[in-house]
Order: sequence, then structure tokens, then C-alpha cells
Amino acid sequence: MSKQSHFKTLFAAAAIALPASMMSFAGTASAQQTVKIGSVLSVTGPASFLGEPEDKTLRMYVDKINAAGGVAGKKLELVIYDDGGDANKARTFATRLVEDDKVVAMVGGSTTGTTMAMIPVFEEAQVPFISLAGAIEVVDPVRKYVFKTPHTDKMACEKIFENLKQRKFTKIAMISGTDGFGASMRAQCVKVAPTYDVQIVAEETYGPRDSDMTAQLTKIKAVPGIQAVVNPGFGQGPAIVTRNYAQLGMSSTPLYQSHGVASKSFIELAGPAAEGVRLPAAALLVGDKLPDNDPQKKVVLDYKKTFEATANQPVSTFGGHAYDGLNILVEAMQRANGADPKKVRDEIEKTKGFVGTGGIVNMSPTDHLGLDLSAFRMLEVKGGDWALLPPGT
Amino acid sequence: MAEFFQFLVSGLTVGAVYALVALGFTLIYNASDVVNFAQGEFVMLGGMVTVFAHAAGVPLPLAAILAIVVAVIVGISLYWLAIAPARGASAVSLIIITIGASIFLRGVAQVVFDKQFHKLPSFSGDTPVQMMGAAVQPQSFWVIGGAATVVLLLYLFLERTLVGKAVLATSANRLAAKLVGINTATIMALSFGGSAAIGGIAGVLVTPITLTSYDVGTLLALKGFAAAMLGGMGNPFGALAGGLLLGLLEAFGAGLSQLHLQGRVRLHRHPRRAVRGAAGPVRRRAVERV
Repeated sequence: MSKQSHFKTLFAAAAIALPASMMSFAGTASAQQTVKIGSVLSVTGPASFLGEPEDKTLRMYVDKINAAGGVAGKKLELVIYDDGGDANKARTFATRLVEDDKVVAMVGGSTTGTTMAMIPVFEEAQVPFISLAGAIEVVDPVRKYVFKTPHTDKMACEKIFENLKQRKFTKIAMISGTDGFGASMRAQCVKVAPTYDVQIVAEETYGPRDSDMTAQLTKIKAVPGIQAVVNPGFGQGPAIVTRNYAQLGMSSTPLYQSHGVASKSFIELAGPAAEGVRLPAAALLVGDKLPDNDPQKKVVLDYKKTFEATANQPVSTFGGHAYDGLNILVEAMQRANGADPKKVRDEIEKTKGFVGTGGIVNMSPTDHLGLDLSAFRMLEVKGGDWALLPPGT
Repeated sequence: MAEFFQFLVSGLTVGAVYALVALGFTLIYNASDVVNFAQGEFVMLGGMVTVFAHAAGVPLPLAAILAIVVAVIVGISLYWLAIAPARGASAVSLIIITIGASIFLRGVAQVVFDKQFHKLPSFSGDTPVQMMGAAVQPQSFWVIGGAATVVLLLYLFLERTLVGKAVLATSANRLAAKLVGINTATIMALSFGGSAAIGGIAGVLVTPITLTSYDVGTLLALKGFAAAMLGGMGNPFGALAGGLLLGLLEAFGAGLSQLHLQGRVRLHRHPRRAVRGAAGPVRRRAVERV
């Protein structure tokens, strides 16, 4: 779709510009009425669960912003390419966005792989790039033109360990997936564990498509003194771990899942075995359960309502990341009162107190993410639904 | 001891599924020399159709039968629409056709169903049975028992029925079978249907334990293929033994060491290499038969 319409505009531009040079003046004049924002997303392919809601969110909100008069008197024009989860394609499209489309900023990059492949292009062209990818590598070390909106797995580990510390647990076991998400979060958890006086006394792994984890859990069960088990993982693996955990009668030891499974389908898949499982999640998941004085409540409920009404599917945190990215950019453009990439970049970096679906964003020259641990809420599964844990429990 | 038994039960359950997939490979290979890499998609169809029919209000047993019927129809169509027109092509070409079919079926499933994971309720509840210190899901008995029943039925079919004998005759020598009046094309379509039914049954039985999604077939096909090779391609009892052995190796490997994971990761990353490896023995077999 987007590609087609993009080609159409290209052809139209060529048709206007080539025959009469007089007309090209009109062409550039009309181009100045719009501000081009680029995006490369994994709308199809293995990461489509990320790219699809992101794509829908961007289109939805660009339309909304244009209907309300645009940004600083100009309408936004969105150019979206689908990389299918392929980092090489992502890089090609990034180059096209910069050289052919001449976008003033980019909100996109569904996965860490595609984001890392595109970073050099935007850094070199000095075009601000707000990534929607999870890993901390995107903003650590800080790059001048690269920002991101999703929480990092390091923060999820810290949130879990903070909770462990409050419950005075010091000896834990970890069972992690060997997929990218599980492996990366496992490494971060191992790194931050000593900060919270947590000792990892047993560690197991499972393959991303394994269908039975009783063997690994039996080994953990046999290790004495374990006070809690943490499962960094993604997809169906954690649901199977949770079911096997209950099957082996280990439920008296608290089980922690990660933000990777923070969706209703986890509770559905794990069934009654999910009772009592704790995990860190973004406010978007429990919007209606937040207290009325929570600053994020209005934002997440509005986004949920808009998304679900238009897209006809349940809201996901991934679409929320795109919402945050687009709105941070739009606010920065308003403050810069124009679309000069360098000025916009400076203003993105000055984002303070932006209330998004992912948390309250306070960026700085040394922090291009701008979220702290309060962005995560600790949840527990109770009666087949999420329950907000009051702080300190 | 309790741990040992826990690993044993896990291994047998997973192994029974691999055995069923391997059995599907074997049946088709015997009748037509084709290694059907769409075998895993039959398992996917068995699970997904049951899930969606059940969600639409069809009672579970009916939904399961419906799923198996759908798998059989897909299996027979696969033969008539993709394999039969390419008869006479080399074994490698036929294998590539089945890989194409598998990608196609996965794509269709993505559109017709969705990209999410789904589960089915266990047939006899979720309360684990305590046996010799191990906690066993009741569904495990269904999987192991189901696999045993299928193997037994297949054996009886091949040895005791006229049609079964015709399948064996076709696999032994296609030309001779034709000369004695066996319609080998029908027999081959039948073997695709039978294989799809076995896959469908595996999908129905295992979904309450392993969950299912449009792409569960890929890995199952690789594991089933490995099991079939381990047990000797073309031998139903070899397929059974290969499947169980592979399942046990995985469970004890995960329980007692970490080494197996590396091997498995390699399998994930290089499906093409596995396929290339497959072509070798197949061709050799074909030469022997001439």
C-alpha cells in the first residue's frame, strides 16, 4: 500500500517536473506544505506482531494530527516501508527514506536487528531516528540522532529484583529462553543481580520452540533453598514453563515472568497455572485498573480506545511504543516551530515530562530513552486477570 | 529415581509425537519415494482446526474429527495437485515441491487462522497424576496411548488388509504392482491421506500440552524427519523407535546436561543443510531399487 502510493507520488512528481520546468516550481511549493516523516517497520514476517500494530498506530495518529490541522501549520506525510523483519532490507529502505524521500525524521525500526542496521544511515544523514526496538544497545552508548521509546530488558530485570528484595528473597533460579529476547534479558539479569543482593543459584535454558520444560524445572526443583524462579522469555515458552511449574507442584515458590509475555494471551495459554505469577508490565496493560490520579491513566485509556475502535484488535504495548515515538516527535517539532532535522533533534533531547503509554519520558543528552523504573508496574495474576500489586508487597 | 522417571515420561510424551510425524514420513516415502516436508503442517492443521472449530462452539470430539478430515483432504489434494503432475521428476525436485507446499500451507494458515498461539483444554483435566515420584499430565497418557494405537492400526492395515498389501506392493516395486492390477496412483493418494490423518491425530493429541500456532509444523517436520532417519527411513517400527529415542535423548539431555541445546540451535539455523543431507540417502535408496 504505502509503497504503491509512494511510487504514485514519485511518478506524479516526475510527470510534473519533466515536461515543463515551469511546473516544477509548483511541485516544490506544494511539497513545502507537508512534512515528511519516514518509517521502516516489520509489518510482515516473523516480527509482524511488532510491526503490524505499529503500522496501524502511526497511520491512525498521523491522520488524526492532520485532521486537527497538522504540526506548526503543516500537514504530516507518512512514508512507511515494510522490511519483513530483514535487517538488510531495512537498511536499503532507510537509505531510500533519507536520499529519495528526504524525510525530516524517522519513527520506526520494529526489532533491534533492523534498528541497528539503520542507525548508521540516519547518523550520517543527521536525521533524528526514534526507534521502537527493545534492546539497550540502541541508546547505549548514546548516539546523537538516535532515540527510543520501549523499556529495556535491563529495567525489567531491575523491577523484578526490586520486588524480590522487598520480599527479602536472595536465592533464586532462572530458566530462560535461548531466543534473542530470552538470551539478552538473561544476560542483563545476571549483570544487575548483585546490585540487589540476589544470588542466582541455579540456571536452566530452553529452546524457543521447546514444548516441554519439565526436565529443566525438575532440576531446579532439586536445588535446595531456592526462594523464587525468574523466567526471561517470550512467546509460548513461558506459558509452557508456567504450566509445567504447576504440574510439578512447584507453585509454593513464587514464579516471575517478564514483560515479554505481558498480554492477555499469556493468562489464556497458561490457564489456572498462571495464578500468583508476577511480572513487570507497562501501564497500558492495566489502564482501567490504574488509580484515577495516575498521570498515565488518561493517555493509556485514550490510546486503547482509539486503537481498538479503528484496528478492531486488542491493544498491544508495541503499538503504544509507536504512539509514544510519534508524539514525542510531533511535540519536538512544535517546540522547534518547524521541521529542521537538527532543531527537531535538539528538541527531542529536551523532552521533559512527556506522558506516554510506556511511562513518563524525561530525556537528556546522556539518556535517549528517558524512562525510569516507575514506567513498569508490578502485576500479579489473580482470578484469571491482572491485578496491580500495591508498592512494597 | 523420581527425577529419572520424570525425564522418562517427558521424553516418551515428546517422543511419541516425533514418532507419529516420523510415521507419516515413512508411509508416504514407502508408497512414493517422496520425503514429504509438509508433514509438520498436517500436525499444525490438526491442532489449529480443532482449536478454531472448538472456539466456534463445535464439541471437542467433533472438532477433532473435523480437523483430521481437513488434514486428510489437504493431504490428498497435495498429492493430486502438486505431486502427481510432477511424477517422473527427480526425488530432489519432489522434496522441493513438498517444501513449497509446506510454506504455502503455513501462509494460508496465517491468513485463515491467525498468528497467535492457541491451546486446547486437556481431554481428562489438568490434575497431574503422581507416579513413582513424578508428576504426569493426564494428557501424556492420551499422547502415548494414541501413538501406540495408531502404530498398531497402521500395522494391521498394512499386514491384514488387501489395500494395505497393495501399499506394500507399490512400495516394493511400482511397475510390478501396476502389472498385477494395482492402481498405484490411488495407492499413493491414499498414502498421502493416511499420512495426513496420522499428522492430524498427532496435532489434536498434543495441542493441550504443547500449544499450537500456524508455524509449529516446521520444527516438528525436522524432528520427525530426524526420527525417521534415526530409525531407518521407510520402516514404520524404526520410525516409532527413532521418535521415542529422539524424545528421550532430548528430555535426558535437558535434564542431565546442557550439551544438546547447541546441537538443537544448529538444527534451527540450518534447515537447508538438513534438507540437503536428506537428498543423499533418498537418492541412494532409489538407485538400490532399480
